[in-house]
Amino acid sequence: MSYYSATDHFVLLPAILLALFGCAVLLLDFVFSGLRRAALLTFTLLGLAFCGAALWRQQAYLNSGLGELTAFGGALTIDRFALFFNWLFLGASALVAIVSLAYLDRKKTGPSEYYALMLFAQCGMFFLAAGTDLVTLFIGLELMALSFYVMVGFLRREKRSNEAAMKYLLLGAFSSGILAYGFSILYGISGSTRLSDIATAVAARGAHDPVLFLALATTAAGALFKISAVPFHMWAPDAYEGAPTTVTAYLAVASKAAAFALLLRLLLGPLESARAIWSPILAVVAVATMTLGNLAAISQNNIKRLLAYSSIAHAGYILLGLVAGNETGIQGVSVYLLVYTVMTTGAFFVVLTMSGGEDIADLGGLAKRKPWLAMLMLLFLLSLAGLPPTAGFWGKYYIFLALIQTGHYTLAVIATLYIAVALYYYFRIVRFMFASDAENPAPETSFGLRLALGVTAALTLGIGLYPEPFLKMAQSSLIGTP
Amino acid sequence: MTDHLLSIVLCTPLVGLLVLLVIPSENRSLLRIWANVAAFAGFLVSLPLVFRFNSSASGFQFVERADWIPSLGVHYAIGIDGISLLLVMLSTVIGLIAVLCSWVSVETRVKGYYAMFLLLQVGIIGVFVSLDAFLFYVFWELVLIPMYFIIGLWGGPRRLYAAIKFFLFTLVGSVLMLLGLLALYYLHLQQFGYYSFEISELMKLNLPLATQQWIFWALFFGFAVKVPMFPLHTWLPDAHVEAPTGGSVVLASVMLKMGTYGFMRFSLPLLPQASADRMIVQIIAVLSIIAILYGALVSLVQQDWKKLVAYSSVSHMGFCTLGIFALNANGLVGSVIQQVSHGITTGLLFLLVGMVYERRHTREIGNFGGLAQVMPKFAVAFAIAMFASAGLPLLSGFVGEFTILQGAFQANRTWAVWAVFGVVLAAAYLLWLYQRTMLGKITHDENRLLRDLSWREGAVLLPLIAWTFWIGIYPKPYFDILAKPVAEIVARTHK
Repeated sequence: MSYYSATDHFVLLPAILLALFGCAVLLLDFVFSGLRRAALLTFTLLGLAFCGAALWRQQAYLNSGLGELTAFGGALTIDRFALFFNWLFLGASALVAIVSLAYLDRKKTGPSEYYALMLFAQCGMFFLAAGTDLVTLFIGLELMALSFYVMVGFLRREKRSNEAAMKYLLLGAFSSGILAYGFSILYGISGSTRLSDIATAVAARGAHDPVLFLALATTAAGALFKISAVPFHMWAPDAYEGAPTTVTAYLAVASKAAAFALLLRLLLGPLESARAIWSPILAVVAVATMTLGNLAAISQNNIKRLLAYSSIAHAGYILLGLVAGNETGIQGVSVYLLVYTVMTTGAFFVVLTMSGGEDIADLGGLAKRKPWLAMLMLLFLLSLAGLPPTAGFWGKYYIFLALIQTGHYTLAVIATLYIAVALYYYFRIVRFMFASDAENPAPETSFGLRLALGVTAALTLGIGLYPEPFLKMAQSSLIGTP
Repeated sequence: MTDHLLSIVLCTPLVGLLVLLVIPSENRSLLRIWANVAAFAGFLVSLPLVFRFNSSASGFQFVERADWIPSLGVHYAIGIDGISLLLVMLSTVIGLIAVLCSWVSVETRVKGYYAMFLLLQVGIIGVFVSLDAFLFYVFWELVLIPMYFIIGLWGGPRRLYAAIKFFLFTLVGSVLMLLGLLALYYLHLQQFGYYSFEISELMKLNLPLATQQWIFWALFFGFAVKVPMFPLHTWLPDAHVEAPTGGSVVLASVMLKMGTYGFMRFSLPLLPQASADRMIVQIIAVLSIIAILYGALVSLVQQDWKKLVAYSSVSHMGFCTLGIFALNANGLVGSVIQQVSHGITTGLLFLLVGMVYERRHTREIGNFGGLAQVMPKFAVAFAIAMFASAGLPLLSGFVGEFTILQGAFQANRTWAVWAVFGVVLAAAYLLWLYQRTMLGKITHDENRLLRDLSWREGAVLLPLIAWTFWIGIYPKPYFDILAKPVAEIVARTHK
C-alpha cells in the first residue's frame, strides 16, 4: 500500500493552499514592509478563491458519482458533509476578511499576521470537517484553536482583549487536554485512530460499558467547550466581548460550525451505536444551554456580550437537532448552522459600525441617523429570534419538526417558548434603535462593510423567502450520503 | 378561475409600500396622499370579490395555487369562502379608514407610520386568504412586526411596555400554534406518505381523539391569545390604550378576528372530534361566558374612555367564541356577523374616542359631560355607534348577538342565559358612558369651545355608520354568503 498518491494530494489541496497562502501573507509583509493593507487583503482573498476552486473541483468529482474521496489510508475523507462545512467556512472567512480591513485600520494595528492567522484557522477547520482519524481531528482542532487564541488577543494594547485571550487560552488548553484524554481512551478500546475502526470496537462494547461512557463524556466535553455549551460556556462572553469585533464574529460562526462538524463526525460516526448514552446527556445539555443563554442575555448591556449569550442559546437549539437525531434533525443542524452563520455575521457587522461604545444604549437613535442600518439590524435580529420570513426561521423549523417527529414534545415546547424570551432581549436592541432619541457618534462604514452587510442581509431575506436551494444543499450534506 | 384577482388584492398594499419607500421622508403631504391612495386602491381592487363571489357554490373561490417550497410541500395557495370574503372586505375597508383617520394625528416619522400600516394590511389579508397552513403562519407572524412598531413608536406614554407585551403574548401563542401545525404536517406524512401544509390535504387526516385534543390545545393558544379569550386577554387593554387611533382601530376591528378565524378555519375543520369533544366545548364555553361577563363588568368601572371600549371588545369577542363553539349553523353564522359588526362598531368607537382625544388630550370620562351641546354631529355619530355596539335592533350588533344567542340556546340553554346578562351589561356600560360624556350640563369650561366633526372626520365615520345600518336592516346577503361554508364546517364537526 502506497502512502502518498495523487488522490491524497487532491483531497488535501484546499488545506495546502490555505497554509501556503497563510505563510505567503506573512512573508509578503516581511519582505515588502511598506505594502499597503489592501494588497494583503487582496492576496488573502486570492488564497480563499484558490481554496474555493479546489473545493469546486472536489465537488465536481463527487457530483460525477465516483464515490467519496478518501486519502492517507482513511485519515481524511471528502464527502458532501465535509464540503458543505468547508463552503461555510470559506464564506465566513471571506466576509470577515473583507470587513476586517477598515476595522484594523481604525484600531491602528498590524494587519499581516491577522490575515495569516485567519487562513491558518481555516486550514484547521478544513481538517475538522474532513478528518476521519483522531489524530487528524485533534491537529485540526489545535491549529484552529491556537490561531484563535492569538486573534482574540490581537488588540495587544487593550486590557480586555488580553484578558479575553488569556481566559480563552487557559480554558481552551484545558478542554483540549480532556478531549485528548477521551481520544486516548477511544484508541485504547479499539487499537486504532481511524474512526471506522473505532466504530466497530464501540459497537462491540454494548451501550452501557463504563469505559465507553468515560470516553464519550470526555470527548463530548472537549467538543462542547468549543461550541460554548453549558457547562463549558464560561469563556464565551468574556472572549466575545474582549476580542476585536471581527474576530468575535469569526469565532462565533466559523469556530462554532467547525466544532459542530467535529461533534457530528464523532457522534454520528464511531459513537452512533452509543446513542442511548449520549442522547439523554445532550438533551440535558441542550436545555441547560438554551436556558442559561437566553436568561443571561436578558440582563446584558454590552451588545457583544448579549450576542455571546444569544450564540450560546443558539448552540442549545442546534444540539436539539442531534438529540432528535433523525434525518430531519441532522439536516436541521446543517440548515441551522448555515443560517446562523449568515445572520450572526450580519449582526456583528452592524456592531462593527459602532464608533462609540459597545453598549446597547450606544445604538440609541440609530434609526434616525442611519435608517437603512437600523433596518438591517432589525432584519438580523428577527432572523436570530427565528421569525418568518427570515433565514433564522428555517433553522428552528427543522429542529421543531425533528423533535415532533421523534416524540420529544416537552423539548419542543421548551424550545419554542424560549423564542419569546429571545425576542424580548433582541427587541431591547430594537427599542433603543428605533424609539430612542439619544445622540450618539455617527456609525462608521467602509465599502467592504457595506458589501458584507449587503451580502448577509440579502442571504438572510433570500433564504427566508426562497429556501429551496439551500435546503437541498443541506439535505445532500448528511453524513453517509455519497 | 385563472385570473389573479386575489393575488392583486393581496399585493396592492405591498406595491403601495414599495412606492412609499422611495418617496423622500421630508415630503409629508405626498406621503400622506400616496398612503391614502394606496389604501383606497386596496379597497377598490377588493370590490370585485364581492360582485363576482358566487354564494351558492360550495368550497373556495378565486383559488390560486403555485409551488413555493416543493421539497417541504409548501404552497402559495390562496382562496376565499364566504367567511374569508367578509373578513377580507372588513380588512380593506378598515385599512382604508385607519389610514384616512391618521391624516392629522400623526406628525412624527410619517413615512414609517404609513409603511407599517401598508405592511400590516398585507399580513392581515394574507391571513384571511391563505389556504396553506404554512403560508397562514408566515402572514400571522408578519402582522406582529408592524403592529409592534405602530404601538411602540406612535403610541401613548406607556407605549413600549404595551408593545412588547402585545408582541410576547401573541408570539408565545403563535409558536405553540406552529408546533400544532407541524404535528399535523408530520401526521399527514405518516398517513399519506408525502408532506403537505395545504388545508385541503390536512382535512383528509384521520386522527384519534387523543391526538386531536393535544393538537387542539396547541392551536388554541395561538388563536385564544389573539381573540383574546379570558385568561389570556391582559395584553389587550394595554395595547389598545397605548396604540394611536389608527392602530387601535385595526387591532380591534380586524386583528382580533384573526383568532376567531383561526378557530373556524383550522380547529373546527381539521380537528372536528376534538372541537366537538364535550370537555373542550365546555371549557371554551365557560371561558367565553367569563369573558362576556368579566369584560362587561370591567368596562362598567372604567374611568378611561378608551379603556372602556377596549374591555368591551373582550366582552364582544366572548360572544364570537361562544357562537363558534355552539357548533351549529346559527352559532357560527352569528359569530361571523358579530365579528364583522364588532369590527364596524368598535372601529367607530375608537375613531370617536380618538377624535375627542385630539381635541382635548384627555380620555378621562370625568373630564367630559354635555358634549352633545357643543358637538351635536359627534353626539349623533357616537349614539349610533353605541347603540350598534349594544345590540339595538336595526343595527348590526343586534343581528350578530341575536343569532349567536339562538345558536347558544340550541346548544345549551344555560349558556344562553348567562350570555344574555352580557347584553344587558353592555347596554348599561355604554348608556352610562353616553350619559356621562354627552348628556347633562357642560361641566368643564374647556369643553365649551370644542369643534364639531370636520368633513374629513365625517367621511371617515360615514361608511362605517352606513355599513352598520345595512347589516342591521337587511342582513340577508350575509346569511346567504355564510350559509354554505358554515354548513360545511358544521357537517364536519357532527360526523
